[in-house]
Amino acid sequence: METTVSPIRLFLLRFKREKQAWVALIFLIVLILAACLAPWIAPFSPDQEDYNSALLAPSWAHWAGTDMSGRDIFSRILFGARISLSVAFLSVTVGAVLGSILGVVSGYFGGYLDSIIMRISDILFAFPSFLLAIAIVAVLGGGIINVIIAIAIFSTPMFARLVRSQTLSVLNQPYVKAAQTMGASHMRIMFKHLIPAASGSILVYFTMRLGTSILTAASLSFLGLGAKPPSPEWGRMLADGRDLMLVPGYMYLTLYPGICIFLTALSCNVLGDGVRSALDPKS
Amino acid sequence: MSHYIAKRLLGMLFVIFVIIIFSFLFVHLLPGDPAQIYAGGDATLADIANVRHRLGLDQSLLSQFYLFVSNLFQGHLGVSYASGESVVDILKPRLMVTATLGGMSLWFIPMGIFFGFVAAVFKGRLPDRLSMVLAVGGISIPDFWLGLVLMQIFAVHLGWFNPTGYESLSDLVLPSITLGMMGTAIVARFTRSAFLDVLSENYIQTAKAKGLSEFSVLIGHAFRNALLPIVTVIGLQIGFVLSGSIVIENIFSLPGLGALLIDSVNNRDFPIVQMLLMIFAFNFVFINFLVDILYMVINPQIRMK
Repeated sequence: METTVSPIRLFLLRFKREKQAWVALIFLIVLILAACLAPWIAPFSPDQEDYNSALLAPSWAHWAGTDMSGRDIFSRILFGARISLSVAFLSVTVGAVLGSILGVVSGYFGGYLDSIIMRISDILFAFPSFLLAIAIVAVLGGGIINVIIAIAIFSTPMFARLVRSQTLSVLNQPYVKAAQTMGASHMRIMFKHLIPAASGSILVYFTMRLGTSILTAASLSFLGLGAKPPSPEWGRMLADGRDLMLVPGYMYLTLYPGICIFLTALSCNVLGDGVRSALDPKS
Repeated sequence: MSHYIAKRLLGMLFVIFVIIIFSFLFVHLLPGDPAQIYAGGDATLADIANVRHRLGLDQSLLSQFYLFVSNLFQGHLGVSYASGESVVDILKPRLMVTATLGGMSLWFIPMGIFFGFVAAVFKGRLPDRLSMVLAVGGISIPDFWLGLVLMQIFAVHLGWFNPTGYESLSDLVLPSITLGMMGTAIVARFTRSAFLDVLSENYIQTAKAKGLSEFSVLIGHAFRNALLPIVTVIGLQIGFVLSGSIVIENIFSLPGLGALLIDSVNNRDFPIVQMLLMIFAFNFVFINFLVDILYMVINPQIRMK
């Protein structure tokens, strides 16, 4: 009965019913807007130090309080969203693009190329991803760009495996055979037929990896291996607030940046779950 | 079956070999001259030349690699360039701390199975929804933040525990709760879907149809079969415990391997970083190997071959 409905239409129809995923999607859209508009909507400058108003508890003037240098935490969170979101988005995008290309090439051509690509990804899988990130940052040095590179490197083999297995599962389908018979080029088959066939899985994985990537980047910055001060990156803000964590009454320093990391990662995971169950109603 | 073990063992040895190569190359991959890095920032040219000769850095890469591997097998893991102590002496006392913390965090296994099991049995009802909300929350919560929040509530405000440091086992309670959270969430999600898969099988319907009680169907028929895919996930999570300890030890100022790794990266104490990366990777690979073997032992389909 659903044969006349296009797959994308069907997906949208099913996705409409995923209420939690909608909440997550709206949260992410609001966050992205807030990050883009940060210079206009933030009540204070994120770097403006004011030692007369240091360590103020949350109030009407400072919604999330001020830190040790008197910087407004709410404004810093807004500017930090730009960093955290772009690190996550860039790193996973690089991983997804590289991984998808390697995966489709590996699955389509098979043979030696396949063996080599898959052995390398096996080796990368032999390391826990967080450890790999630390090793990469230890070699390249800290900083945001190196965090993006590290996360992209360990995301690549995951997408490669995913796209490879999707490619293998459709390789013998009539429409791929037909395209080959009609003389379509390898490039055309890979990018017009095989990658689109894997696009649903890629989308699910992409959304979920965004969550993991936000957590990893924040962890690295928290450990002093990522964003450098005075950056308002969220993990970095937690690290700054840590100095007073043993003193009662200063929990707000770490509370709000932490909640932001949590809610953003949560939204990515819930959205990913929703997309998956809309694509595959059985799961 | 022995064919399978041999194949898996060979695969593991290959990966270990690659890890050793990577660890060896680590010092060479760093920007700058390794001899200068070892000699320290204020070394003279003569010092650097001296170090280069002493460490064999003036020899060919291949003979350096040979030296590295033979030292490794004799237990010479190098010398910390920050303190001058041998790396073995530095690692030994810390190994116990990390191992104890890792052991205590294994509470996630029964807890994850329990939540996943309850969710599957009550599919679509309140216990299922609650468990899955907790599970997706557990996957998304930053562990370092959870650690800070737990510390502030239970150590700073309520005073039940020491906030930082390691003197007795009770100092590991909050760290191990934090460390096990992610594992609980992931195991719960997998357990739920594994049980739902099994519960839709025909033999479960048959067992129910022949009048067995709900309990004996769940425990006697479903549990064992659902456990199979869960074992792999649990193994992977045990492997991740060690890399999770990096952050947790740092927050709670525990003198373990994870905290040492971060300190050494920040101090650019590369001989220690090199050994720790290798130990962490070995541990992960070895646990995965054990899990594969265990999976095979409990899976009759492979065992019978």
